[in-house]
Amino acid sequence: MQLSRIVITGVGLTSPNGNTLDEFRSNLLAGQAGVTRIDMRYMGQVLAGICDFDAFKYQKRKEVRVGTRAGSISIYCAREAVADSGVDFDGMDKNRVGIYVGTTEHGNVETENEVHNISQFDYDTKYWSHHHNPRTVSNNPAGEASLNLKVTGPAYTVGAACAAGNLGLVHAVQMLRLGEVDFAIAGGVSESVRSFGIFAGFKSQGALAEHEDPNKASRPFDTKRNGIVVSEGGCLYTLERLEDAQKRGAKIYGEIAGYHVNSDATDYVLPNPERQTECMRAALDRASMKASDIHIVNAHATATPMGDIQECDAIRTVFADCPETYINNTKGYIGHAMGAAGALELAGNLGAFDDLTVHPSINVDELDPKCALPNLVLNKPVVAKRVDAILNNSFGMLGINSALIVKRFSE
Amino acid sequence: MTNEECKKVVLDIIAEIAPDEDVSDVTSSVALREQLDLDSMDFLDIVMELRKKHGIEVPESEYGQLASLDSCAAYLTPLFNKSA
Repeated sequence: MQLSRIVITGVGLTSPNGNTLDEFRSNLLAGQAGVTRIDMRYMGQVLAGICDFDAFKYQKRKEVRVGTRAGSISIYCAREAVADSGVDFDGMDKNRVGIYVGTTEHGNVETENEVHNISQFDYDTKYWSHHHNPRTVSNNPAGEASLNLKVTGPAYTVGAACAAGNLGLVHAVQMLRLGEVDFAIAGGVSESVRSFGIFAGFKSQGALAEHEDPNKASRPFDTKRNGIVVSEGGCLYTLERLEDAQKRGAKIYGEIAGYHVNSDATDYVLPNPERQTECMRAALDRASMKASDIHIVNAHATATPMGDIQECDAIRTVFADCPETYINNTKGYIGHAMGAAGALELAGNLGAFDDLTVHPSINVDELDPKCALPNLVLNKPVVAKRVDAILNNSFGMLGINSALIVKRFSE
Repeated sequence: MTNEECKKVVLDIIAEIAPDEDVSDVTSSVALREQLDLDSMDFLDIVMELRKKHGIEVPESEYGQLASLDSCAAYLTPLFNKSA
């Protein structure tokens, strides 16, 4: 069966170091991180990546008050992506538009806030907000976007831990190919920086980063890495079947060449390099590509001591003898944007199709020998001879793995 | 509390829960939903704020009393004065 070719035609994002694709890309090439300290309920100060996009650009004040942070991030990213795509959105049949938003989790923030709220009233539940349920249903981030954009097609979230950003895109590809929708808005978002439980959980796990300089705290591959910097953010793309995009003369950022999703089935939190290896190889097979056809691999590496080593083992296995394949990572700049990570990190590399420049992994003062991959781009950008395809890794808890391949568009 | 003071309390709550609305020229005798962009959740917000800030309970069967500023004042002012 000949599957439709699916292309990316618009990008909308907010990250701790940029609220547009251009700003984000410029800061990645300039080595500019965006981590800060925030006050966290019950915990004191913690390191986090915080976004400063203007929520009121696309929402009324009441909508921001009633909705969730994840909803605001979704709306901002979706609106920016649609505008960037240049599509006549007003003239589009909204029944044929799908919104697929990857999330690591949703509802922790709002539930914690309500428990705190009723704690001010001696835990009397009559003070529990009627907004709680619409705020915490798992489809909230996509549902708020559907309300804002008046999209009447399918709009829901894809829960896939920290692989979710990739999974949102994968799901959009599938739905476009099935003919379920004609236009998809997809990627991932995260509001996790507002949940003390996320931070406390990572801290109890021994996986929460600390460093006196916030912008040096997230340091994948460095010997002194000591865990994750939790971030908020979002990145949603517009995706279309190639023929539809060409018909309207759309700008094309790249084509989804292949993907794969699998599960470790081995541990709640520890990754499994064998399954990661299988995942990347299956994505290559689906794309009908060899490993050497990939010129950038964006590593998921979150800066946990074991996770980075295990992913490097998997990458080393798949990309052995690939002298033109560069490896980089984005979390040193923005921390771990959880459900948004995969989608944001892909966006950070898309510009390389134009400028052939591979942004580096930063904060690597002393490379962990176990992470010393050939062509690992460290601290300074590298100009490649060719950038025709990017493989974007995103892995998550409960052992979910995803690898997404985007290639330079050509007829 | 006078009726006018009661209306001010209700308007202050509305200004907080519906910050995009101009509450400066609301007509007391006209239904709030005819003048302002308020939905059912907003009225539940008004009920919740009355409970939280003023200890006033409005049972569900009485929600209709909150339709206009005049009806709010007629219904709520005695409750405020009773709780004072």
